[in-house]
Amino acid sequence: MNAVADMVASVLVVLGGVACLLGSLGLARLPDTFMRLHGPSKTATLGIGCVALASVSFFSAREGAFSAHELLIIVFVAMTTPVSAHLIARAAWHRRLPRWRDEDTQP
Amino acid sequence: MIVAATGIALILIGLAMLLALWRLVLGPDVVDRVVAIDALYVNSCAMLLTYGIRLGTGLHFEAALVIAMLGFLSTVAFAKFLLRGDIIE
Repeated sequence: MNAVADMVASVLVVLGGVACLLGSLGLARLPDTFMRLHGPSKTATLGIGCVALASVSFFSAREGAFSAHELLIIVFVAMTTPVSAHLIARAAWHRRLPRWRDEDTQP
Repeated sequence: MIVAATGIALILIGLAMLLALWRLVLGPDVVDRVVAIDALYVNSCAMLLTYGIRLGTGLHFEAALVIAMLGFLSTVAFAKFLLRGDIIE
């Protein structure tokens, strides 16, 4: 029981780290602001969710009782990340930032 | 096993924070910098949760929750300021 919960927590925590790294990679590498907004705002929910589920699994097995307060972070992040992404996208639209076109990268 | 996994995850999240920091320094517009600060908040929240799992204490959970809430509020304030030139009208 304890070993299974440890393994589940280990896999989930590494998955969460990979999701966070992919989001920031998108933030660092994509060509315009609207695309760069996608990276963190989509994968943040996945990364935080995986890490918090790992925390639920680990502390539930460790203390012998279901540990639910990490679900609070999942619910909060899942509710607030789309709102902040929408507001930032509206700000970027309002500032008339340049958008990437396909022919920009053609040789 | 959990120690090795959280070590790997901490390194990955640290790399993610470095990439976000690079975008924060480089970002061609202020909106990119706001996005980078938002990513830094989220990544630091994940990093605190991971560190709490590694140490086996529930102490870091409240800090992660507070960082998540204040990160959302500051992002909304930044976006509102960029949209309207003012936060509370």
